[in-house]
Amino acid sequence: MLIYVLCIILFAIGLYGIVVKKNLVKIIISFGILDYSVNLFFILLGYKRDGIAPIMMKGQDKAQFVAQAVDPLPQALVLTSIVIGLGITILMVAIAIRLYDKYGTFDVMKMRKLKG
Amino acid sequence: MQIIPLFIAVPLGAAFILAMLGKARHSLIDLLANIVTAFLLILAISVIGVKGTTTYSMGRWLPPIGIVLVLDGLSILMLVMVNLISFLATIFSISYIERFTAKAKFYAMFMLMIAGLNGVILTGDMFNMFVFLEIASIASYVLVAFGTEDEELEASFKYMVIGSVGGLFILLSIALLYGMTGTLNMAHLSQIIASKNFGIGLLFTSALLIAGFAIKAAIVPFHAWLPDAHPSAPAPISAMLSGVFIKILGIYTMMRILTNVIGIATLGRAWDIMLVLGAISMVAGGLLAIGQWDYKRLLAYSSISQVGYIMLAFGLGTPLGYLAALFHLANHSIFKALMFLNSGAVEYATETRDLQKMGGLSERMPVTGITSTVGTLSISGVPPFNGFWSKLLIIIAIVQAGRPVYAVIAILVSVLTLAYFLKVQRYAFFGKIKDTLMNIKEVPVPMCISLIVLAALCLIIGLDAFRIIQGTNASWFIRVMIEPAKEVLVNGTNYVKTILP
Repeated sequence: MLIYVLCIILFAIGLYGIVVKKNLVKIIISFGILDYSVNLFFILLGYKRDGIAPIMMKGQDKAQFVAQAVDPLPQALVLTSIVIGLGITILMVAIAIRLYDKYGTFDVMKMRKLKG
Repeated sequence: MQIIPLFIAVPLGAAFILAMLGKARHSLIDLLANIVTAFLLILAISVIGVKGTTTYSMGRWLPPIGIVLVLDGLSILMLVMVNLISFLATIFSISYIERFTAKAKFYAMFMLMIAGLNGVILTGDMFNMFVFLEIASIASYVLVAFGTEDEELEASFKYMVIGSVGGLFILLSIALLYGMTGTLNMAHLSQIIASKNFGIGLLFTSALLIAGFAIKAAIVPFHAWLPDAHPSAPAPISAMLSGVFIKILGIYTMMRILTNVIGIATLGRAWDIMLVLGAISMVAGGLLAIGQWDYKRLLAYSSISQVGYIMLAFGLGTPLGYLAALFHLANHSIFKALMFLNSGAVEYATETRDLQKMGGLSERMPVTGITSTVGTLSISGVPPFNGFWSKLLIIIAIVQAGRPVYAVIAILVSVLTLAYFLKVQRYAFFGKIKDTLMNIKEVPVPMCISLIVLAALCLIIGLDAFRIIQGTNASWFIRVMIEPAKEVLVNGTNYVKTILP
C-alpha cells in the first residue's frame, strides 16, 4: 500500500511543480515527474513480488504460472505511454528553446504578450 | 465492415507522404491534401444511415482481447462533422496557408490531427482512445505554434502543459479502471462495472475522467488555455479546433464513457456536476467574450460559452436533452467553423485582428460580410438559421426536465451571445469603411467557397428543422443524423450487448 501512496505523492509533486514554478525548464521537469508517476502507477498494477516473466515454458504447471507471472499488459501499455510522454517533452523543449530565442529568458512572468 | 479502418489509415498514410513532400510544388501538395480530405468526407457520407452497430476487430482479435473499432449512430454523426469541417478547412488553406512557408508540414500535421480525431471516434478500447487522443493533441500543439511568433509559441506552450496534464488525468483514470476491472475494452469494462459494486473508487475515477475531459473540452474552471490557443493558430486550424476538436476530445469522449461505459445510474447524484459545469461555462464564456477587442479571441470565448450549452443539455440526462445536445454540437461545429474562417478571411485581407481597426468591411468583402452575418444570426439563435432550433430544443429539454433556473440562464446567455456578435458585426462589417482599409480586396475563390458552403449549410439545416413543429422526427437532418446518435446515448450501458455477443 505504501508504494501506491508514494506514487500518488510523486504525482502531487509533479502537479505542484507545474502549477507553481515560473521557469519553463522547471515546468518541463515537473511534467516529466508527473508523467512518470502515472507510468509507475500503471506498472505497479501488474507487479507481483517474486513474479516471473509471463512466458509459458514447456512442462510448466499452468496454475502455478498464473499465480506467479506478472501481468504483461500494463508493461506493454506503459511503453506506448512513455513514447507519448517523450513526444510531448521533446515538443515542449523545442518550443521552450524558441521562446528563449525570442525573449532571452525562461521566466514565464516575462512572457506576457497574451492576456485575459 | 472493411472500410472502418480507412478513416484512420488514410490520413495517417497521407501525413507520412505529405511530410516527405517538403520540397514539392505547392499545387501538388494542395491537390493531395484536398483529395485525401474529400475522400474521407465521401467515406463518412457513405456510412450515413448504417443501422445498428458495426464492429471491426483489429488483426482479427475478437473483442474482449483485441482492439475493436465501433461504428454506431454516435460515431457516424461525429465522423461526418469532423470530415466535413476538415474538408472545408483544407479548401480554405489552399490560399490562406500561402503566407506560411512550410505548407507540406502544415498539411502533414493536419492529417495527423484528423487521424487522431477519427481514431478517438471509432475506437472501442480505452487505452487506444488515449493514444489517439494524444496523437490529435500533439498535432494540435504543433499547429497552434505554427506561426512561430511570440504569441503563438507562448500560447502553444501553455496549451501543451495544460493539455498534457489533462491527458495524464485521463491516463491515470484508465490505469485505475484497469486496476479495478482488469480489462480495457469499453464494452467489457461496462459489463464488469455493472456486475460489481465498486463504490467510491469508481466515483473517484469518474471525477478524474471528467476533469481530464473537461480540460480537453475547455469547460470553465479548466478553460485557461483555449482563449490563447485557438486565436493563435492559423484560421483553418482555429476552425478545426473550435469546430470539432474540443467536441470530439472533450464532449464526445465524455458522452461515450460516462453514458455507455460507466453508466449514469452508477454515478447517481454526482451526475448533476455536469449541469453546474455547463451553466458556469455558459455564463463565464459569454461574459468574458463581451469585453474582447480581438476578433478571434472573442470567438474563442464564445466557443467556451457554446460548449457550456452542450454540456448543460447533455447533463440533463433525458432523451430530449441528449437530442438537443447533439443537435447543438453539430450546429456549433458548422457555424463556429464558419466564423473562425470568416475571421481568417478578414485577417487575410486586412492583416489585423483588432476590431477597432476595422470597419465597413462588408462594402469591400461582400462574401465574407454576408457569410459572417449568417454565422452571427445562427449562433445567436435567430430563426430560420440552425442555431435557433438547437437552442430552442435545449431550452425545451431543460424545462421538461424540471430545472427552470437553468432555462432562464440559457435564455439570458443567448441574448448575451447576440450582443457580442452584434459588436463584431458593428465594428468589423457595418458602417463606413476606414481610409486605411480602402485598398482591401475580397479573399481568393477557394476561401470564398468554404465560407459559402458553411453558410449554406447553416441555412439549409435551419430550414429543414422548421418541420420540428410536427415532431422532432419530421426533420430530415434530425431523423437521419441526430436520432441514431441519440439512441446510442439513451441505450446507455446496453452498449455492451451490441459489441460482445
